[in-house]
Amino acid sequence: MNDSVSLLHFTIAVPIIAAFATLWAGKLGRPAVQIVSITGFAIPTILALVAWIAYSPEVAGGYDFVTRHNTGLESVGISLHLGLNGISLPLFVMSAVVGLAAGLYAAQSKAENLSRYLFCLLIMQGGLMGVFASIDVFFFYFFHELALIPTFVMVGVWGGRDRGYAAMKMTIYLTLGAMISLAGLIALYVKSGANSFDLITLKAHLAAAPLSETVSHYAFGLLLFGFGILVSLWPLHTWAPLGYGAAPSSAAMLHAGVLKKFGLYGLIQIAVPLIPGGVGQWENWIVWLALGNVVVVGLITMAQRDLKQMLGYSSVMHMGYAFLGIAAMSVLGVGGAVLMMVAHGLTVALLFMLSTMIHHRTQTFEMEEMGGLSKKAPVLSAFFVCAMMASIGLPGPGLANFWGEFGIFVSIWEYKPWVLFVAATGIIISAVYGLRSISRVFFGNESEDFLEVQKENSVTDMTWAERVPALILLVLLFFIGLFPKTVTSSLNEALESEPVYAKAEAGE
Amino acid sequence: MPTETLKSLGDIAATNSWGAIYPELILGCLALALLALEVILPKFAHGAIPRISILGQVLLLGYIIIFDPAGCCNGIAFGGMIELSGTSQALRIFFLLASIFVSYLAMVSFENKTLARVEYFAITLVVTGALSIMAMSNHFVMLFVALETATVGFYILVSYFRQNTLSLEAGLKYLIMGALSSAILLFGIVLLYGAASNPAMAGSSLDSMNFQNLRVFLEANPTDTLSILGMLLVISGVAFKIGAFPFQIWIPDVYQGAPVSTTAFLAVSSKAAGFAVLLTLTKVFSPLSDWLLPLLSGIAALTILFGNFAALTQRNLKRMIGLSGVSHAGFLLVGVVAVQTVPEATNWVLFYLFAYLLGSMAVFCVLAHLPKEWDADLSLDDLGDLAKKNGFLGIALAIGIGSLAGIPPLAGFIGKFLIFVAAFKAELYVLLGVGIVGVVISIYYYFGVIKAAFFEVWSFTDEDEKSDAPAVLPGQSLTALGRLAIVFAVGGSIVLGFFQGPLGSWLSGQ
Repeated sequence: MNDSVSLLHFTIAVPIIAAFATLWAGKLGRPAVQIVSITGFAIPTILALVAWIAYSPEVAGGYDFVTRHNTGLESVGISLHLGLNGISLPLFVMSAVVGLAAGLYAAQSKAENLSRYLFCLLIMQGGLMGVFASIDVFFFYFFHELALIPTFVMVGVWGGRDRGYAAMKMTIYLTLGAMISLAGLIALYVKSGANSFDLITLKAHLAAAPLSETVSHYAFGLLLFGFGILVSLWPLHTWAPLGYGAAPSSAAMLHAGVLKKFGLYGLIQIAVPLIPGGVGQWENWIVWLALGNVVVVGLITMAQRDLKQMLGYSSVMHMGYAFLGIAAMSVLGVGGAVLMMVAHGLTVALLFMLSTMIHHRTQTFEMEEMGGLSKKAPVLSAFFVCAMMASIGLPGPGLANFWGEFGIFVSIWEYKPWVLFVAATGIIISAVYGLRSISRVFFGNESEDFLEVQKENSVTDMTWAERVPALILLVLLFFIGLFPKTVTSSLNEALESEPVYAKAEAGE
Repeated sequence: MPTETLKSLGDIAATNSWGAIYPELILGCLALALLALEVILPKFAHGAIPRISILGQVLLLGYIIIFDPAGCCNGIAFGGMIELSGTSQALRIFFLLASIFVSYLAMVSFENKTLARVEYFAITLVVTGALSIMAMSNHFVMLFVALETATVGFYILVSYFRQNTLSLEAGLKYLIMGALSSAILLFGIVLLYGAASNPAMAGSSLDSMNFQNLRVFLEANPTDTLSILGMLLVISGVAFKIGAFPFQIWIPDVYQGAPVSTTAFLAVSSKAAGFAVLLTLTKVFSPLSDWLLPLLSGIAALTILFGNFAALTQRNLKRMIGLSGVSHAGFLLVGVVAVQTVPEATNWVLFYLFAYLLGSMAVFCVLAHLPKEWDADLSLDDLGDLAKKNGFLGIALAIGIGSLAGIPPLAGFIGKFLIFVAAFKAELYVLLGVGIVGVVISIYYYFGVIKAAFFEVWSFTDEDEKSDAPAVLPGQSLTALGRLAIVFAVGGSIVLGFFQGPLGSWLSGQ
């Protein structure tokens, strides 16, 4: 362990410093705010891409860029221990890229008090980078909360319809989820006897002396439901569509795209490897609730008339697949889940951004009142079709999503074939609502309401300021879809080094 | 006989190490000096007296922190009357820090009022000294004398706004409840004294009010009914001080009516002193832990739930802060219960107290700067548009409230986190569950404050906002000193959330 400074420190510190610089730049005017904030988003992205290329751990599947600092809680077993492994690396890169896109989009938006808005977004970005870079479980949680608090503020202050209620509901739900998962993490800390929150130490301790059956049962239960609330596991998902419906687009992009993956990441990286017995004890719960996400929420998604609500529900629905991948407990299933998390993060962020662009042009989120937008905005419609195809998981633009879901489905087939039959209906469901939304919004005749809107303000196609963030997301999506090996080789190494995931593979 | 008595008195006097309590002595002298200055200084210079008081305290605090951070003379002194330890040293600094904030708050809130002023600052200093001695007392006589010194001082401080009926009502309530609790405490002490000095009992002692002697006796007689009853009454008396259920009944009215500086004083210092005593007494009563721990655990759970549920519907700011303080007392009680099985948790309780001090003081400083003739009437509506009218105060309020709510990355979160770790180590799962429920409930009302101060502002309709703007903007009385105080509280809350280094190692280094 060394005390030196690695590039991970910069990925966390730069957005936070830039956040305060942005506040200060607010006095200098809009261009200064834009320059400072975009720098704050771009530097971590560049560093994350460098980390992606340079990643070469000493041990296969191990951590790279490891540093460790004492912040004063060493006596409790807490230190700022940073590093990346094959599981966190793709998510780390994804969060940097989504952050850049969200930041670029926010910087050109017409939000009131732009500098404060970007302040919140930058703090959130710093927290997100910290979440995936932390080896210390305490800081993993800490950075999550750091990223979560600005979300509430952004929903409450800059949100749309029902923002007060949505912010309150999100705050209470997510605090409950966070507190329950915190209790689970403390349970691990105390019951392992490691007297450390360090993931590596904890892992070594628990490998030598696993938790007893009762302890692992309740500790995993706490983590499952705590994280479950944060990932919007059915039926604890009701905050999500409401919150995303009300959230300003950049906040929704970062939350739905990245922050929500915290819970799944926690399960994959922490809960399952540390408590290998837990999944077995809770597997029926996981499978049934995850199917609830896929089927029940899927059907609710189909019934949505509001574009943004529909996206909110669809993001809840897709989390079900990730839970199923985890339940399968194999390298393929969990790897598929991670790949899907990355792909879904990029896709859903893109969709939320595009839906706001659509709103600017049609002045509504009601899909009934739209139609024929492709005539006025062909580029926008092309982007949206790509993103929606990806979200459905069709091979083609959404290869990345496709690989993820494919891996999950294959692993479910090996795990419990009947689950696959139920889960596969989700593909049909998402195809139905996805394609229907495309046809409603972009094709067909222009609706009367839309014609009304056009009289008052001319509808233009995407500007370059809008195209750049969308392109960034789409390019990475294509890249991962075409070259999944760039993600999966290190991911597989990391997962195979976890006995709990590799065991299932070896047993066959 | 007389020679013998004289000799024993001489022996006791030989342990009188006045140097050990120099900070308290200096506080007392400073109080007298303030009173003298009022006579000496010409009338127009009276405004300087509060500043002199603050300056004196800051110098004293600086001296202690720089030259004597660990306490110069730890150990038992004054014939067993007091015991100085790392904990009492930490609390001494705590009380001094709180007292500086209280003096500042008083300075602000007396600005436009015709009142005798100097006495308030002098009494504040005396009470601070008394609380500090209370935290180091090792003998029931010392404890009671210190407690009464502080309580009598508080009678005056609570009803200081004598033109305001709410303040007078609060004073009366505090007087009656305070006297009642002192009586209960005293009765408990007497029972313990009687039981423990009974020569027929094993382990009895002539000086049975001394904590070490009492502990020896309780170890020998862990099932003595009289002692258990005495213990119950003593704990009840202390529970009144910390505002624990079911002795929290006075809190909302008194906190609302008292001047904001006194509210802060009660909420922070008085509560912390109660916990200091509780930490000492639980060690003394540990032979009775079969009774004590279930009792304290039950109180802790009910206190958390009561505080949070009662605060949910409050719109009056000071009542709300008071009731949220009740729930903080509950969390601290969880820590105290955990200390019995996890000794290192003492430092975590102290950390929580420091975090609570900084968060509370940030909030109280903001309240003191809101334009309202009587701060007892402050309600959530008075926060409307605060963030827009005075961004500095708005952010200070948000961070203070956030720290109280235990939101990372602020100090309050680390405090709560450490308490939870302690509770888990001590296997207090029910209390932990109650704590989590409490945190989630508390988010609701803390969020209400943030919402009132922020969310109604940056909305889309701000058209007719100018027409009904109040004549006085919040924060007009904010001076450089005030900014410094707020920056200290807010900055401390943030820094302790990210980097606990100095405070953490200082607390655990002792």
